[in-house]
Amino acid sequence: MQSVSDIERHTIAVLVDNEPGILARVVGLFAGRGYNIESLTVAEVDATENLSRITIVTSGTTMIIEQIKAQLSRLVPVRAVHDLTEEGPAVERELLLVKMGGTGDKRIESLRLADIFRARVVDSTIESFVFEITGSAEKLNAFINLMKPLGLVDVSRTGVVAIARGAAKF
Amino acid sequence: MTAEQMNGAEMVIKALGDQGIDVVFGYPGGAVLPIYDALFKQNRLRHILVRHEQGAVHAAEGYARSTGKVGVVLVTSGPGATNAVTGLTDALMDSVPLVCLTGQVPTHLIGNDAFQEADTTGITRPCTKHNYLVKNVDDLARVLHEAFYVARSGRPGPVVVDLPKDVLFATGTYRAPETIEDRKSYRPRTEPDPARIAEAVALIAGAKKPLFYGGGGIINSGPRACTLFAELIELTGFPCTLTLMGLGAFPASDKRFLGLVGMHGTYESNLAMHDCDVMINVGARFDDRVTGKIAAFSPHSKKIHIDIDSSSINKNVRIDVPVIGDCAKVLEALIAALKTKRFAPDHAALGKWWRQIETWRKRDSLHYEGSDKIIKPQYAIERLYALTKERETFITTEVGQHQMWAAQLFKFERPMHWMTSGGLGTMGYGLPAAIGVQIAHPDALVVDIAGEASILMNIQEMSTAVQYRLPVKIFIINNQYMGMVRRWQELMHGGRYSESYTAALPDFVKLAEAFGARGLRATKPAELDGIIEEMLAIDGPVIVDVAVDPAENCFPMIPSGAAHNEMILGPADKKAGGAVSEEGMVLV
Repeated sequence: MQSVSDIERHTIAVLVDNEPGILARVVGLFAGRGYNIESLTVAEVDATENLSRITIVTSGTTMIIEQIKAQLSRLVPVRAVHDLTEEGPAVERELLLVKMGGTGDKRIESLRLADIFRARVVDSTIESFVFEITGSAEKLNAFINLMKPLGLVDVSRTGVVAIARGAAKF
Repeated sequence: MTAEQMNGAEMVIKALGDQGIDVVFGYPGGAVLPIYDALFKQNRLRHILVRHEQGAVHAAEGYARSTGKVGVVLVTSGPGATNAVTGLTDALMDSVPLVCLTGQVPTHLIGNDAFQEADTTGITRPCTKHNYLVKNVDDLARVLHEAFYVARSGRPGPVVVDLPKDVLFATGTYRAPETIEDRKSYRPRTEPDPARIAEAVALIAGAKKPLFYGGGGIINSGPRACTLFAELIELTGFPCTLTLMGLGAFPASDKRFLGLVGMHGTYESNLAMHDCDVMINVGARFDDRVTGKIAAFSPHSKKIHIDIDSSSINKNVRIDVPVIGDCAKVLEALIAALKTKRFAPDHAALGKWWRQIETWRKRDSLHYEGSDKIIKPQYAIERLYALTKERETFITTEVGQHQMWAAQLFKFERPMHWMTSGGLGTMGYGLPAAIGVQIAHPDALVVDIAGEASILMNIQEMSTAVQYRLPVKIFIINNQYMGMVRRWQELMHGGRYSESYTAALPDFVKLAEAFGARGLRATKPAELDGIIEEMLAIDGPVIVDVAVDPAENCFPMIPSGAAHNEMILGPADKKAGGAVSEEGMVLV
């Protein structure tokens, strides 16, 4: 039996043909085989090549992570699977939108903290702000925690996108 | 290249022709009527009308597995497609190459809950290797050719192409297979990595208690892989066991064959699996019916795993040397490397290992108590084998105890003569599969070894057999129980036979006659041979109802949750009652 400490978190980049149903295939694979999805992002990255990139953050034992990659590679529209956690250093970023409500001191405090975190104001009314901030998931979590007592109304985040550091592709 | 204009339905017929397909198994309906009209206007492609779409898929499976070609299914939208799902799942589990064409409502009605609409690509996504919805007639030819390529290449599997009715009526440009460019994503690996071959050779060279564990992948790779497998066994002198799907990959009469492995495998196979020091898995997938309790599975062996599908590696069992590639190419490379190294087995160690195996073999684990009063199911299968072994015989089965007895006792000398539902365990597989086999081999003897419960799941296909004058023989091992279910109820549920007895079985002789076939019945051991001879003499479909000992159970067996060296050898074995651990109960 594997213990919980054997669970690893991996960020996997999947390059796929941009065709109908591909996201359902990937998500269905995870659901059907009982794999975990912590975050999933997808967008077309090359229109002429008809290429989309899916970034999945998942967790599991070494054997499960290996299975996830093998099972993904087996899907017909999948061109490449890269385990960014295993293949070397990668940059991981997530974008967060936070809506703050209220007036007075709390409003000023939230603005000050947003400045420290290098968040930007992308919408503003007399009694609200929307902050935009990018960073690691940890940084975004810290920012959300700070905003909670200051009038946090709503949160929307993209999930992780990632790319390998250095000159190498992926 | 000449660009040919035609409508979608004509394109389907043209593409099937260009793919070398000469038979399709199907059932018409509203959404596929344009294809049926195109079929009507030609003579090259033969259509076999089944009585239920599940039957069409199993028939195509039988056709595919007995020929090595892609089986083709044609069904309508909605219920036509959903009825095909069991067969598609079966084909996926057993890696059978199929292309299933499903009708669909016109594109402008998709998503409207139209009459006979189902989300076919959504429903079949997890039970196919790949699937397509064709929304534009100009994509149709490319998709069809690609579907055949995906179905037969790499690890074979079923592919669905969903065809909206307006696309079948629309006119577009046909493209021949050779004009289709390869897609950038799907590149199955067939050539092994030489470094892995070297590692495998080193393990084989040092083996003292080796074992070949062969599976359906050898047969899927083709006859050449089977020849090479036999050559490798000859070269090494190692013992060999086969999975349910692998039977026939190596001749059963060869003394190096230890019999079936796994839950109902022989004592010598399972003990050799448990005690070996080097296991060479060729095209098998460490299925739970083979491994039993994973933690206790072959604990002391180094494992070489040859598979075309990298997701089979390390899925259930940790592998020491994975070799990804087509079985034939890997075996060829292994043989060449062993010869280059002037390989000679460790004769002393191997001799000792064989002596050990022979002591296991002497336990005669397939032994059963004979009777001259009542037909033992094992006896029925032994007599069927004895009286048919000189012929070209194909065997299909349903699912249950009869299937296991057939796997244990029928001796397969060649590949592609044994068709059974292994992974999914689909009751109702055998009769339609036999129909598909008989279509492919009109002059051969095709026997469906059946149980009385399973056969009723697709009995309507008798009508198909009669229509096409297919002389399939349905050999029912009739014990009046769902024997496998009852067996587990005995082992784990205190013998409470909840719903496993069939109280109102039909008279199978009259049933055969009602379909326009012949029916025979054997109730005593003394009349069995005569009935089998009579069955063989009839040039047409026959149902033989063999009334067997209802109390007989299938042995030997590894109770679920147990290890290979914890086998139950027979009803007298002291482990036979209450042998299943709590952990094992959920595994069944």
